[in-house]
This record gives sequence, C-alpha cells and structure tokens, in this order.
Amino acid sequence: MQAEDRRMAWLAAAAVGLGLAEAAIPSPIPGLKPGLANIVTLLVLLRYGWRLAVWVTLLRVVATALLLGTFLTPTFVLSLAGALAALFTLGLFSRLKIFGLGPVGLSLLAAFAHVGMQLAVVDLWLLPGVSLLGLAPLFLTAAWVTGLINGLIVARILHVNPIPTPPVQAGVQGWPAS
Amino acid sequence: MKFQSRGLLWVKGLALWRLLRPGDVLVLGLGLIVLVLAWRVAASTGDGVVIQQGGRLYAQASLRLNRVIEVPGPLGTTRVEIRDGRVRVMSDPGPRQLCVRQGWLDPGESALCLPNRVAVHRGVPAYDSLNY
Repeated sequence: MQAEDRRMAWLAAAAVGLGLAEAAIPSPIPGLKPGLANIVTLLVLLRYGWRLAVWVTLLRVVATALLLGTFLTPTFVLSLAGALAALFTLGLFSRLKIFGLGPVGLSLLAAFAHVGMQLAVVDLWLLPGVSLLGLAPLFLTAAWVTGLINGLIVARILHVNPIPTPPVQAGVQGWPAS
Repeated sequence: MKFQSRGLLWVKGLALWRLLRPGDVLVLGLGLIVLVLAWRVAASTGDGVVIQQGGRLYAQASLRLNRVIEVPGPLGTTRVEIRDGRVRVMSDPGPRQLCVRQGWLDPGESALCLPNRVAVHRGVPAYDSLNY
C-alpha cells in the first residue's frame, strides 16, 4: 500500500509540474490551454487503473490550484468540473471495449467532455445570460487538436514503454475513499 | 539506435499514425463532424443588432448577451429583447403592434415600430474573423 501511495504522489507531482508549466504559457484567450496534465491522467488510467487515476487527478487539481493561488475561486471550480467530467468519460469509455478505442480516442473524448463541462458551468453558473454559442466552436476545435496531440503522446509512451502492470480490470473498482 | 526524423508525424522512426486504433479514427472523424456543425451554427447567428430611434442610432448590441433594451419614444417605451442569439421587439406602445407580432427577427430582417419611431435591424451573418 505504501508503494502505491508513493507512486500516487510521484504521478500527482508530475501532473502538477505539467499544470504549472502550462500556466506559464501565454494564451490569447483565457482557458485555451494544451491540457498537458491530462496526459498523466490518461497514462495513469491505462497503466494503473481508475482508482489511482481519480486520486492523481484530484490531487493535481487541488495542488495546482494551491500553487497558483486559485484554490476555491471560479477558476478552481472550472478546473475541477472539467477534470471530473474528463475522468468520468475516461472511466466509462476505457471499460467499453466495443470500439477498439486507443489512447487517442480516449484523450479526444476526455478533452471534449472537459471543455463541454466547463462551457456548461460558465453558461449556467458563472455568466448566466451570456450566449456562449460563438465561443463553443473555438474551444471544441482547441479540444480536438489538444486531445489528438495528448493522445498521441500517451500512445507513444505506452508503445515505447509497455504497460508493466495489468491495465484496467473489468468491474467497478470503487471510489478512492473506499 | 540511430535517430531518424522523417517529418512531424515520425518520432524516432515511429510513425505516429500507426498508434491509432480503429476506434480512435472513428472518434476523430465524429469529433471533426461536431466541429464543422458547431462552426456552422455559430456562423449562422447574426453578428449584432442596430436600434434606431427617430432616425438616429440609439444602440448597437451584440446578440451574445441576453438583455432587454428600453428605447424611449414619443408614445412611451419600446422594449427590445435579445435572448439566445435572437432579437425581437418585446413590447411597444404603438396601437397596431406590428413590430411585436413580427416575433424573432431573421438575420437581415428589420422590425419597425413606426408610431414610436423605433427601428430594430438584425445584422446579416458576416464572418467576423476578429471576434473569433
């Protein structure tokens, strides 16, 4: 168990590092980011399973927010909502093995879920009344591109460095607290 | 191992597209369709609304922000509503209510509340690269 905790901490630290690096990249539109930390989420999910992926993602969201000073601000809520939506999408589709989905497809679906959830939160809670119709295509396009790139990165890492432990087992593995 | 670069889609001799599985291609394609639809829907909503009062420009508004604009005229207040990328005259003090009954305006359409001297014109959808 201790080994798993240590692994969790390392992976979360990697995700936080990517999140911070990404915050330093200037962006023309707030919220338009490559989403590099999602590489870690997807990699952890495919290598160590859903439980660790949830833990690493939640730790990453909270720790990155603490370091950037956005904890409990609307930015944090957006980040958390997007991360949770992506996580559930990944959890769902990584278990459905009907399509022959690989890391790229999973990454793309997660990116769409991330952006969709964030737009929904902005629309319903942060700026009700502002029609986001004009911005949605832009964010979806960004999600498509970043989802593809991140997915290719994950696919390549998995290809070059194959999975050491069995991937996601069938069946529900439960919440991190259980 | 010798480092080879054969373009952007090759990393160290590995063709990146070989990492794609059938499901990935399917999701990429579906995503692309969603994108095209989203851009087309967004482009079909007009850019803005011009409201004139007594022949003069009273207000110019974007369709993105939901709100009600109150335009004073000789008979009273004409209320113009902008909601979900559409615009209509919500209420008008004029006797025949022609502009109110016109309902939501199509792109390029105008509603004239002549008794109150208010004109509402919805802009034609022009692709505005600066706004995107």
